[in-house]
Amino acid sequence: MFLLEKAVVGSRRYWIWLGSLSFVILLGFLSYLRQFDYGLGLTGMSQNVTWGIYVGQFTFMVGVAASAVMVVLPYYLHDRKEFGRMTILGECLAISAVTMCLLFIFVDMGQPTRLLNVVLNAQPHSMMFWDMISLGGYLVLNVIITLVTLHAEQNGVPSPGWIRPLILLSIPWAVSIHTVTAFLYSGLPGRSFWFTALLAPRFLASAFASGPALLILLCMAMRKLTGHEVGEKALRSLAVIVTYAMTCNIFFVLMELFTTFYSQVPSLRAHFEGIYLGRPGYHSWLQPFGWGSLAMMGVALCLLLIPRTRRDPQTLTLACLLTFFSVWIDKGLILIVGGFIPSPFGALTPYVPTVPEICITAGVWAVGLLMITVLFKITRSVEAEEAMAWSAEANA
Amino acid sequence: MKLTRKEFLKVSGACLLGVSGKKLLAALDNATKKEAASGEVRWPKHWGMVVDIRKCREDQGCAKCIEACNAAHNVPAFDDAAHEVKWIWKEPLAAVFPEQQTGYEQNALKDVPVPVLCNHCDNPPCVRVCPTDATWKRPEDGIVMMDWHRCIGCRYCMAACPYGSRSFNWVDPRTHLTHLNPDYPTRTKGVVEKCTFCPERLAKGQPPACVEACPDQAMVFGDLSDPRCEARRLLASRFAVGRRTELGTGPNVYYLV
Amino acid sequence: MRKKSKSMPDKVWIISGLLLFLGLTTYPVWHNLSAHTTSKGPDLVLPVSAKECVAPLSYMRTSHTKLLLSWRDEVVRQGRRTYAAADGKVYNMSLSGTCLRCHNKQKFCDRCHSYAGLSTVDCWNCHVDPALAEGSKR
Repeated sequence: MFLLEKAVVGSRRYWIWLGSLSFVILLGFLSYLRQFDYGLGLTGMSQNVTWGIYVGQFTFMVGVAASAVMVVLPYYLHDRKEFGRMTILGECLAISAVTMCLLFIFVDMGQPTRLLNVVLNAQPHSMMFWDMISLGGYLVLNVIITLVTLHAEQNGVPSPGWIRPLILLSIPWAVSIHTVTAFLYSGLPGRSFWFTALLAPRFLASAFASGPALLILLCMAMRKLTGHEVGEKALRSLAVIVTYAMTCNIFFVLMELFTTFYSQVPSLRAHFEGIYLGRPGYHSWLQPFGWGSLAMMGVALCLLLIPRTRRDPQTLTLACLLTFFSVWIDKGLILIVGGFIPSPFGALTPYVPTVPEICITAGVWAVGLLMITVLFKITRSVEAEEAMAWSAEANA
Repeated sequence: MKLTRKEFLKVSGACLLGVSGKKLLAALDNATKKEAASGEVRWPKHWGMVVDIRKCREDQGCAKCIEACNAAHNVPAFDDAAHEVKWIWKEPLAAVFPEQQTGYEQNALKDVPVPVLCNHCDNPPCVRVCPTDATWKRPEDGIVMMDWHRCIGCRYCMAACPYGSRSFNWVDPRTHLTHLNPDYPTRTKGVVEKCTFCPERLAKGQPPACVEACPDQAMVFGDLSDPRCEARRLLASRFAVGRRTELGTGPNVYYLV
Repeated sequence: MRKKSKSMPDKVWIISGLLLFLGLTTYPVWHNLSAHTTSKGPDLVLPVSAKECVAPLSYMRTSHTKLLLSWRDEVVRQGRRTYAAADGKVYNMSLSGTCLRCHNKQKFCDRCHSYAGLSTVDCWNCHVDPALAEGSKR
């Protein structure tokens, strides 16, 4: 039913890749067992910085999951046929990304065995409740859509009609998952770094830049490794989308900087001092990462805006890598930790992730990469078989 | 009559939708009821605290309120500030009211120790964000209470609290407890804790442990809905401030300057 | 006829598989034999200070967890601390303060729990056994 039989046939390279990922997963799992036994004190989080890279990576991956909408929307609403072979890959990426989100939340819980309380004692006034609903629903939606589409392709028939409303539903739903995630932070009166109506639009813009950038990279990698072709036009159109999204993202960042530094309000400045500017006697290790991220965004935008560099595969690869990693640092590291620096009493508490924390994070990433590998393998096998069946029929 | 698979799935799907819809409606109903209740009527009791900073200053280095609370509630002691757990503690005045500093005070005034604790707000953001109702505002007396059986340790309340009043058990607290009070449970690793205004003492007619322990009676605890209580009298006659009141949280711990 | 390859004959795999299966399925039997566990019940030390619990014995045997959970919710979530037993006596709803005032946790509670194979009785992560706390009189 899940077409997993397609994923257990592969080249030596494929199995070495899966084996390495499994090793990282095992390392992460063993580290998690240690954390489960000792407590979250095994991480670098503290009394003042109570959310770290687990929540940061969760936030980033919600964005990547939502970015599937950037291929689904043009194809289904605007008949942009070039995305025909890309939508399924976008949905596969969404499934892997949402799974990673759920895992990051799980490893961050102090009492994970009590997680069902969120369902049994549901509190609709809490944004976390709605986040659970929207992420869970998005996962189910994408699993159904992917399975139905792959089965239809395998049988050589068009997808059933009832899948189209579900696909159309996934469009606003994708926007909602990242909006609700932004609401987790932007509704808190005490955290001025997050207390802006612009947070949700910022999240969406950076997500729609970084997610499709990752999809472009994955498709190019697939082309190189397996010869699977999504189409040059699809990649180019998606690159244009990344360009527009990155433009919006940088625009929003500049808006934040203006409000902070023109108004001179101390509470707003304090967060930027904590991360980017430092204070006399205090410099966060995040400082180079913060500036690096901004620099990468700038360079990426330049490469994306110039048509020649956007079309050339090598510079496009570089631009996508810069886009992805700049947002990964911005959302996955700086944003969450920055909200806690300074503390309500003005303390600048450094946050340094510990080795077990990094191992667990790497383990979750490896789970995501494993899933994306397996899902792409299945998709490729189904489409390759279909192509062979068509050509056999044509030759008969 | 044979039920086809398609029909079976349709019926099951409809049942599932019905059940979950009903549950969702019930949850929404509860949520609106609670909000309606707290909006309409003042609580029967409205516990609050008034702290006289000047009286606290008279005994520099005194930590009797902190010691009493920690002993009564098995609050662990950590050398590593990263893992500290605190229900009531002292911060310098300049850190508690940073926006009120003129810049011309002498250092002694800036460093005046001010006891800080959970403000048991009228409109607590921590309660609003808790996904499991492990923290809630008691309808009978306004105390923002904790249920350590239900807390999943997500620390969302800690992010939401503008005052830093909450602490998380990063490790097993019993490893950092020298004295165990058998009359009060400890907590376990992975849950958030904070001051609860001593409901176990209030049930016996006693004031909170910190209030009782203060040698200068610098902390006055009372029912703010009773205009004749000592706390109301103080608030009527002296200038008092709350922490970060512009956020709309409605803190119920006031400081007499 | 093709020469038979030098791999292990099937017989070896089948016999060793059967032996492994037998070993795994009879694990509970020989594990208990080697640990000298008997079918004799837990050796419970009953309280000396009181003859009646807060509820009848038959109810406590079947449902003391249910009672404790309802006590938990009453005290923590409803703010009610007193329990009126069927015989009219009023008790404080407290695990450490009421139950453990009569029962010895190690000689009563733990013995039955370990006999029944309950590995995680989470209550004790937080609730204090008065016998362990310093300066307690038992």
